[in-house]
Amino acid sequence: MGITKKVTVLAVGLGLVTLAGCGSSDGSGDGSGSGGGSRTVTLVSHNSWAVSKDVLAAFEKQSGYKVRVLKDGDAGQAVNKAVLTKDNPQGDVFFGVDNTLLSRALDNGLFQSYEAKGSGKVAPEFRVDQDKHRVTPVDTGDVCVNYDKAYFSEHKLTPPTSFDDLVKPAYKDLLVTENASTSSPGLGFLLGTAAKYGDDGWQDYWKKLKANGVKVVDGWEQAYNEEFSGSAGGKKAKGDRPLVVSYASSPPAEVIYADPRPSDAPTGVVEGTCFRQVEYAGLLSNAKNAEGGKALIDFLLSETFQADMPMNMFVYPVREGAQVPKEFTEYGPAAKNPETMEPAKIAAHRDDWVKSWTSLVLR
Amino acid sequence: MDLARPQVKGRRTRGAAARLGLVAVPVAFFAVFFAYPVAAIVARGLHVDGVWRFGRLWDVLGQSDIRHVLWFTTWQALASTALTLLIALPGAYVFARFDFPGKQVLRAVVTVPFVLPTVVVGTAFLALVGRGGLLDELWGVRLDTTVWAILLAHVFFNYAVVVRTVGGLWAQLDPRQEEAARMLGASRWTAWRTVTLPALGPAVAAAALMVFLFTFTSFGVVQILGGPAFSTLEVEIYRQTSEIFDLSTAAVLTIVQFAAVGSILAVHAWTVRRRESTLRLVDAARTARRPRGAGQWALLAGVLAVIAVLLLLPLAVLVRRSLDAPRFGYYRALTESDGGVFLVAPIEAIGNSLQYAVVATLIAVLVGGPAAAALSRRDAGRFVRGFDALLMLPLGVSAVTVGFGFLISLDEPPLDLRSSWILVPLAQALVGVPFVVRTMLPVLRAVDDRLREAAAVLGASPWRVWREIDLPMVRRALLIAAGFAFAVSLGEFGATVFIARPDNPTLPVAVARLLGRAGDLNYGQAMALSTVLMVVCAVALLVLERLRTDRTGEF
Repeated sequence: MGITKKVTVLAVGLGLVTLAGCGSSDGSGDGSGSGGGSRTVTLVSHNSWAVSKDVLAAFEKQSGYKVRVLKDGDAGQAVNKAVLTKDNPQGDVFFGVDNTLLSRALDNGLFQSYEAKGSGKVAPEFRVDQDKHRVTPVDTGDVCVNYDKAYFSEHKLTPPTSFDDLVKPAYKDLLVTENASTSSPGLGFLLGTAAKYGDDGWQDYWKKLKANGVKVVDGWEQAYNEEFSGSAGGKKAKGDRPLVVSYASSPPAEVIYADPRPSDAPTGVVEGTCFRQVEYAGLLSNAKNAEGGKALIDFLLSETFQADMPMNMFVYPVREGAQVPKEFTEYGPAAKNPETMEPAKIAAHRDDWVKSWTSLVLR
Repeated sequence: MDLARPQVKGRRTRGAAARLGLVAVPVAFFAVFFAYPVAAIVARGLHVDGVWRFGRLWDVLGQSDIRHVLWFTTWQALASTALTLLIALPGAYVFARFDFPGKQVLRAVVTVPFVLPTVVVGTAFLALVGRGGLLDELWGVRLDTTVWAILLAHVFFNYAVVVRTVGGLWAQLDPRQEEAARMLGASRWTAWRTVTLPALGPAVAAAALMVFLFTFTSFGVVQILGGPAFSTLEVEIYRQTSEIFDLSTAAVLTIVQFAAVGSILAVHAWTVRRRESTLRLVDAARTARRPRGAGQWALLAGVLAVIAVLLLLPLAVLVRRSLDAPRFGYYRALTESDGGVFLVAPIEAIGNSLQYAVVATLIAVLVGGPAAAALSRRDAGRFVRGFDALLMLPLGVSAVTVGFGFLISLDEPPLDLRSSWILVPLAQALVGVPFVVRTMLPVLRAVDDRLREAAAVLGASPWRVWREIDLPMVRRALLIAAGFAFAVSLGEFGATVFIARPDNPTLPVAVARLLGRAGDLNYGQAMALSTVLMVVCAVALLVLERLRTDRTGEF
């Protein structure tokens, strides 16, 4: 009995101590609770957000704001959660909604108007929402099928060059893609086929693709780093698919991250399968630190950040004249004629297409 | 007689008041932190532009892929339940009737999977049957993204439910009844069928229903092992809400799951009541003996082999994988902040988890304790018994729904908890309460009412009666209940994944995030972190096993 009693006392005591601990850890260094005039500005983003430490530190020093970053799942989940919590948001700025999900954010009133300094420098083709300025374009990239160069030369097979090629018998059981309902490149690839074959034709195309043995996995990490035979991760995991839906910037990444660096990229891009994505940032509607948020958006469009971004997130800047690393132009030049789609058309059809795609391909 | 009447009436009113007092806290807690958030998220999906759209119910149920999900959810749950019973019933028998060295430890060991977070279970099976897993390396066999991985993981997870629920009762059945039947000329089979089976029946049914409930609402296991082609209702609710953002479909599916779980629980409550009736029970210690003869030894060996392959092997593979890097590399990596996956070192998730779990346990005990006390009263009426089933609902209602419900409903004054850390323990306590109630209830029921009455007659206040009579008797049960609440809070994933702040992940959330990233180091760290979590849960459980006296409880 004596021991039991001690245990009880200990447990209760421990509880109180940790309670106090939780309480204090909540109070310190957290700008979300306290009202206006906070020196902390909070950026909500997806897991792929990255920036060089010194670039961020320079912004903090110059602006006087401390930046707190909340990475909240993959791109789609982060957007959805931001929409659900828009009345009492987790932060001040959201970065990472792309053109495929833009309408969901705008229709739900996720953002308030703010015209970023430097928005005049954005290349015209990336500008949207020009009358209200609720979002600011930050980066762009192309979703494209990548191929494993070694596989195709070993098998004396010409790599495919277009969507049409992918359904040919020569490429049977070679392609792995992502679930269009859970993955941003997966959705991009689906929209690419819809742009190419039209509202009526894309389903037929996917039926052929399915018959030709396309494999679907949930996320990009799994597809690219486990199933794809051409990536460093995929080789290690004995991936056996030489074609994967990824990005045009994946080949340079394979070079930059390899040690020692190879003279040429081990993977290539299937030119005729690209779909253009643009990522936006916006000031959240009920941001507690709107002033800080505005400064942060200006920063995202600044020359320093735009030049720093490619090597961190493997995307292209949207600012005209921004420097693109030479590895990008050398190992993975931007696609010449990517498929594109009007945001309004994406908004009107996306959910229906994803639904039909799920029934058609997964079930 | 006439004189006695007003007195009885007076006592009844007092009883009713006391009952109301005890029920008030749990009712308020469940109304605010369960019913309201769930109703809010369902309403968000079905109440569009000021109009209720219940017609969506038929639209959604009419879709072929939703029907596919419903069908898969049901059949995999049925198959999982059947497979679990098939594999675990011999185990229940062996634990009930045989005496062998190490039995107590082994009983605790087989319970470890049950308190393990589903994320860890999924990870362990991935290490066993996934790409580059043990079976893949040995024979090139891969079962991930097949239904077999899901079924086996479900057996792994629920083995203990059957062994504990059925075995606990089996051990207390008087074997002499069966022997008597045999002396009267019945064959071994007839004796078992006519004497033991009817006595065990309700316990088997209760266990089967619990397994069915857990597998029907399976989330982490299906999510990690199933791949995009397999989806249970729970996973589909998650996908519809979090990925496709079709809140009305999610709301409809929530309602469907709610109805299904409600019916399962109603049947469960009924079998429990039947089980509590008229069985002659004896001390479990007297019914077990050493196995005799080749048949019994073979049975024991078979059960031990199954436990080794199905329960211990996945855990061993998990530990083994976590040690793949030289000099505990994966464990050491946990202490480094890479600025990549998390902003903090993964090891901090351990501290977060422990803090959250302690607070969640306190809440679960403070809510579940009074609820159990109210339920244990002999004058508890139909209303209170119904309340019993209600308390179980959080076990079966989509944790995802609860998590999202928290996010959208607890975000304005007077309940502005959105950015408060307390949100996580509150959600975790919801799953802890049913365990507290189920553990405390049998013990509280066993307290002789006459003791309480005698104390009351001698002038003790209700508080004093509770302190002097009930508390000393239930302190042990309270600790066990707290231990279970602690373990399930530690492992809670579905709700926490939404409401844990990105910079304050819990252990299971951190494991899931590491698994979602590419690279050896991330995978290894996920294995290491899972191992840490497993060890914490196992230690908690082994401590409980030493405290446990009464074995009729369900968990």
